[in-house]
Amino acid sequence: MSAHNSANVEAHAGHPHHEPASLVVYFSTFSALMILTILTIWAGMQDFGALNTPIALGIASFKAVLVVLFFMHVLHSSTLTKLTIFASMYFLGILMVFTLADYLSRGWTGQ
Amino acid sequence: MSAINLDRRVVGEAASTHEATPKPATNYLNHETTIASWLLTLDHKRIGLLYLVGISLMFVLGGAFAGLIRLELMTPKGDLLTGDVYNKSFTAHGVVMIFLFLIPSIPAVLGNFLLPIMIGTKDVAFPRLNLLSFYVYAAGGVFLALALLLGGVDTGWTFYTPLSSTYANGNVMVAALGVFVIGFSSILTGLNFVVTIHRMRAPGMTWFRMPLFVWAMYATSLIQILGTPVVAITIALVGFERFLGVGIFDPRLGGDPILFQHLFWFYSHPAVYIMILPSLGVASELVSTFSRKGVFGYHIIACSSIAIAIFGFVVWAHHMFTSGLSQYAAMVFSVLTFSVAIPSGIKVFSWLATMYKGSVSLASPMIFFFGFIGLFTIGGMTGLFLSTLGTDIHLHDTYFVVAHFHYIMVGGAIMGFMGGIHYWWPKITGRMYNETLAKISAALIFVGFNFTFFPQFFLGYMGMPRRYHEYPEELQVLNVLSTVGASVLAIGYLTPGIYLPFSFFFGKKAPKNPWGATTLEWTECESPPSPHNFDHNPPVYDHVYDYSTLNKEAAVVSH
Ligand code: HEM
Ligand SMILES: [Cu+2]
Repeated sequence: MSAHNSANVEAHAGHPHHEPASLVVYFSTFSALMILTILTIWAGMQDFGALNTPIALGIASFKAVLVVLFFMHVLHSSTLTKLTIFASMYFLGILMVFTLADYLSRGWTGQ
Repeated sequence: MSAINLDRRVVGEAASTHEATPKPATNYLNHETTIASWLLTLDHKRIGLLYLVGISLMFVLGGAFAGLIRLELMTPKGDLLTGDVYNKSFTAHGVVMIFLFLIPSIPAVLGNFLLPIMIGTKDVAFPRLNLLSFYVYAAGGVFLALALLLGGVDTGWTFYTPLSSTYANGNVMVAALGVFVIGFSSILTGLNFVVTIHRMRAPGMTWFRMPLFVWAMYATSLIQILGTPVVAITIALVGFERFLGVGIFDPRLGGDPILFQHLFWFYSHPAVYIMILPSLGVASELVSTFSRKGVFGYHIIACSSIAIAIFGFVVWAHHMFTSGLSQYAAMVFSVLTFSVAIPSGIKVFSWLATMYKGSVSLASPMIFFFGFIGLFTIGGMTGLFLSTLGTDIHLHDTYFVVAHFHYIMVGGAIMGFMGGIHYWWPKITGRMYNETLAKISAALIFVGFNFTFFPQFFLGYMGMPRRYHEYPEELQVLNVLSTVGASVLAIGYLTPGIYLPFSFFFGKKAPKNPWGATTLEWTECESPPSPHNFDHNPPVYDHVYDYSTLNKEAAVVSH
């Protein structure tokens, strides 16, 4: 009955070749983050009107993506890891979208 | 004793080895006996038992507060407790029962014990994290105990702002910290189970060969991992606002109190599925074993667990219909809430179809199952009353809601837990308990439960709000009924507290597979299991609930 072993199949698929990430990658990621931080501070001192929050969030999200992809090694991780990250992002999306569905429609009274 | 000896390999020699067991086999209970070997154990089975002790104590504590509440409500006047003490009692009741008892109940006790065995492996993926989760749970419990000793919290288990963030006394942050900490214990358990199921299944154990209890635990774990961090962050935000004055929930600081409800229920509605899904998994095992029939619609039950986990995340605002939610959002959430009843309904119909033409036995775990299925169905159906937008405006925050969720959480989840404990007790302890007492206990719980909570549907419909210690005189009859029912219920719960521990020491030795079940913990493990569960890779069959092999070997059937 135990012809094929799905657990093992999955375990193998889960380990693509691991190159030890080079210091160059780490340092360039770090520099990018620093530059983006300066950008955040600069953007914080400007007034873009309605775009203030989107711009701040945009830069912050970009920084988060860099951390996830390079510091957390997700770029070279297994599909399962990527799926996990995607799933949590998706759930965060549900939280945001449905909550905003309330806030953005508070004025619609149906009259 | 209705034990059916179906042990495949031992059948021939069973008679000779039955009474006089010369050398007691080593098992996980007796291979090490020091206190440290228990408190520092990495064995998933022992950790399950540690949790069993922990949650049982918490159940008694939470029950004591429930007793206070029901005693106060015997009379319309607030004569036993002041309003303040009453508020603190129902808060303590809710917090203890939900966070310290019900959320860890089935996953941390039965899940820990059974999940690795059911998928044919020696332990969970991260045994140390597993032990850590127990101590994190205990630490969270210490915070909650501290909050109680400091004078208690009066916000209700929901910790709504602005009461919790601005007006309530400082204990609320101690209690919230406790909930925060316990959340991590729950995350650790969930994480462990997900990794174990993905990585450690025995050779041949494909996803659709796993018992349905494992599927239910998988779905539960997903919710624990995805949802619990949100409540942790929400609690942290309340702390930021209270201590640092960051404006998040307080309108004067530019915040919005309803945001708290969004964040809280984003976790806490899925959390109600953390409480009920494991019980649905137990039910699938019980109905199959005691009908001696494969579960009807195995695949669809497995998938409905996952569907519940997913749908459960998009219905949360049904708790907020009267909070000032926009009308559009209320409509969307009302419709979505109806959809979550579908997978639950699928399960109920599948269990009924499993019993149909099955060889149904009335052993005590099955009696608990019967109680479970009836009460869960009433709970689910009344949930639909509440998801109906117009009806909910009338019923929100009344005893109707209280009755609804107790039908599911006590009638469904705890009934399932009791059924599971009775079903696996012979495996866990190697002893049989007194079957008659168990049936009496199940009956007492069922009757007591209905007397306690059915009147509350009427009370709520007549407009009695929840969380008040006084009420108009014309509502007294129903309230007295409810309190009397609660006493019967308490006796029903205390009885197993006596005969189960008794059987642990003096009960008849349990055979390997007393119920004639087909899952690995019964067919491949001794009762109680050896420290490493299996000494070989267990055989895995195409269909997990296949009674045809067992039936042929049903040699001894005694009553
Ligand atoms: C068919 C599935 C279900 C539906 C349609 C449903 C619907 C609802 C609705 C609409 C409310 C809000 C009522 C109000 O406050 O006005 C509610 C409250 C509640 N439900 Fe359910 N529910 C379902 C299943 C469950 C399950 C499985 C559990 C627990 C295991 C549960 C536990 C609760 C709790 C604890 C509350 C009240 C929370 C509080 O305010 O303290 N429900 N339910
Ligand atoms: Cu809900």
